[in-house]
Amino acid sequence: MSGLKTNNAVIRWIEYRLPIFSFLDDAVGSGYPTPRNLNYWWNFGSLAGLALVILMLTGIMLAMQYTPHVIFAFDSVERIMRDVNSGWLLRYIHMNGGSFFFIVVYIHIFRGLYYGSYKAPRELLWILGVVILLLMMATAFMGYVLPWGQMSFWGATVITNLFSAIPLIGESIVTWLWGGFAVDNPTLNRFYALHYLLPFVIVGAVVLHIWALHRFGSSNPLGIEANGPQDKIPFHPYYTAKDAFGVGVFLVLFAAIVFFAPNLFGEPDNYIPANPLSTPAHIVPEWYFLPYYAILRAIPDKLLGVVAMFGSILILFVLPWIDRSPVRSAKFRPIYKQFFWIFLADCIVLGYIGAKPPEGIFLIVGRLATAYYFLHFFIIFVLSYVERPRPLPSSIGEAVLKGGGAAPPAAMAGEKA
Amino acid sequence: MKTLTAAALAAVIALGAGQAAAAEGAALPKYDWSFSGVFGKFDRAELQRGLQVYREVCSACHGLKYVAFRNLEALGYSEDEIKEMSAEYSVVDGPDDEGEMFERAGRPSDYFPSPFPNDKAAAAANNGAAPPDLSLMAKARPGGPDHIRGLLLGYEDPPAEFEALEGLSYNLYFPGNQIAMAAPLFDEAVEYADGTEATTEQMATDVASFLMWTAEPYLEERHSMGVKVVLFLLVFTGILYAAKRKVWSDLH
Ligand code: HEC
Ligand code: HEM
Repeated sequence: MSGLKTNNAVIRWIEYRLPIFSFLDDAVGSGYPTPRNLNYWWNFGSLAGLALVILMLTGIMLAMQYTPHVIFAFDSVERIMRDVNSGWLLRYIHMNGGSFFFIVVYIHIFRGLYYGSYKAPRELLWILGVVILLLMMATAFMGYVLPWGQMSFWGATVITNLFSAIPLIGESIVTWLWGGFAVDNPTLNRFYALHYLLPFVIVGAVVLHIWALHRFGSSNPLGIEANGPQDKIPFHPYYTAKDAFGVGVFLVLFAAIVFFAPNLFGEPDNYIPANPLSTPAHIVPEWYFLPYYAILRAIPDKLLGVVAMFGSILILFVLPWIDRSPVRSAKFRPIYKQFFWIFLADCIVLGYIGAKPPEGIFLIVGRLATAYYFLHFFIIFVLSYVERPRPLPSSIGEAVLKGGGAAPPAAMAGEKA
Repeated sequence: MKTLTAAALAAVIALGAGQAAAAEGAALPKYDWSFSGVFGKFDRAELQRGLQVYREVCSACHGLKYVAFRNLEALGYSEDEIKEMSAEYSVVDGPDDEGEMFERAGRPSDYFPSPFPNDKAAAAANNGAAPPDLSLMAKARPGGPDHIRGLLLGYEDPPAEFEALEGLSYNLYFPGNQIAMAAPLFDEAVEYADGTEATTEQMATDVASFLMWTAEPYLEERHSMGVKVVLFLLVFTGILYAAKRKVWSDLH
């Protein structure tokens, strides 16, 4: 038990019987020592948690008005938009909450890649993160089907059809997923049930993720372990204050989109009710799936395309064993740092290509970018043997304090900004 | 570092925009709508004229099924005016005590009746293409209201080598350039109640604006609430930043 001190008799009474206050204090309070040099890229974990909470609250309220039936789904969403008090606000928050969740989580992941957060002893923490990403993708995909617009229907058809590429049992799996011989009412019903369920599974995965985090605490921009009290500060009030500021910035940007450009991330086609007899000219998924979609379409063979698409995420599971360099932070890995930025650019190119029809120059660029995506992991494998890292500081305290009164994340000095 | 955050966000937003722009169509003429921008509001007179164009021209072929007559209060009509307007329509109701469906005069709680009983009948009467419901049209096409306005003004003589299919008309902004809707507007197609000169361009603009309202009836509430929320959050975030600075000040 941490040194929780209070004069409040009620708190003491409860704490004696259920030590929940010291538990919280140890988790996100003054009892949780944190490296003193975390920069603003470390804000994105708490922001992801906030986005999840926003999505679940608005989702539950939408669910009270939504009807999961092919005949009524589209109309019920329009009723929410028009007749439910503040329904338009709820829906726009939920819709854009999905996009912001992915923005925040993608930044969180690239933070991990840059600073080598996935390395020992945090491999399981990283793996749980990849599990959360997969669950998010499943949840968002099924949520997008619910309004039963043209993209809902055709997106669901294209993506579920991918499973038919599996030899022998593929067709049966697709029929099983659909609950019939086409995407239809049974499909919508089960997607709704799962869309309601999976966020709670995500919460479970997040709890494990944070549990694993607390085993060794946050890594930090220098990537060296904190070794002594001079390297650490209590989470509260320092990081609660810093995270709160991050929340403010996040909410400003989020509100700007929700109120002034709520359909920016959306596809106009999804305001057309689903019509199984009319295929849209371009079937495109939500923006956060575009890089994977580009990989899928870059490969001429359907089965290999599906394997590559899922492989592009699954490879992240083994990243801690691909990158064998003992040095975590890219700050001290001059060559890795270059390849990090190339990899980020490659992912953005893939996202751009995913929105384009797979023909001509787009197809060629898509294939090159796909090849490079996987090549990257080979490069960093080799790099971890051949690169000569720059010397590491002996402690966080030394690196932070020698510079004198710089702004808190003084360790950012060496970073591209 | 802040610039990096901004750059990352900008990249993501640009991606979203690029995706929207990816859909085809000749470059649409952009109109300066009263409702665009952070402080944008609808122009009530424009909406009323647009409603008139819809009622007198478009409603022959297109439904507006998500809009109820009572909603027209937002355009500045009084309850009595709406009662009168809705009574001009006849709607199918029932079954009555004998089990028969019957027609009665519309009420404010009714929705605009669709001109055809179903899509098949609609397509049969219109060169094989059913006229889509217009309620959400301003959000269902890239370009939104600009697309609608452009489409209505985009009827031209086809280039010499272009051969339109039987019954289809050449249109600059329709994907594929031939559309099953014959040019619906011509000068003086309606006589505006407010005396505005009914040029084709005027009517196209008015009806596109009206259809933006039908697609996004809460746009004004959204904008005005948004201004307040964003201002509040900016101030609040400033305070949070000051608090963070204060908390961290003893570390150096
Ligand atoms: C004579 C019947 C008729 C009238 C009157 C009519 N339309 Fe149409 N409209 C159609 C048909 C048919 C289509 C489908 C065209 C196609 O898919 O080729 C259509 C399609 C449209 C579209 C969709 C185009 C697209 O991008 O897919 C819009 C927008 C539209 N009409 C607006 C209007 C407006 C506004 C008016 C009133 C000024 C109007 N229409 C009057 C028959 C009509
Ligand atoms: C991991 C968190 C979640 C994500 C990423 C997510 C994502 C999405 C997405 C992308 C949509 C489609 C938005 C649209 O175009 O309309 C959607 C719709 C919906 N979601 Fe969620 N969601 C989450 C949590 C929840 C929860 C917890 C519920 C509660 C039941 C819920 C209920 C709904 C409902 C009812 C709809 C359909 C209404 C609509 O389309 O606006 N969601 N979701």
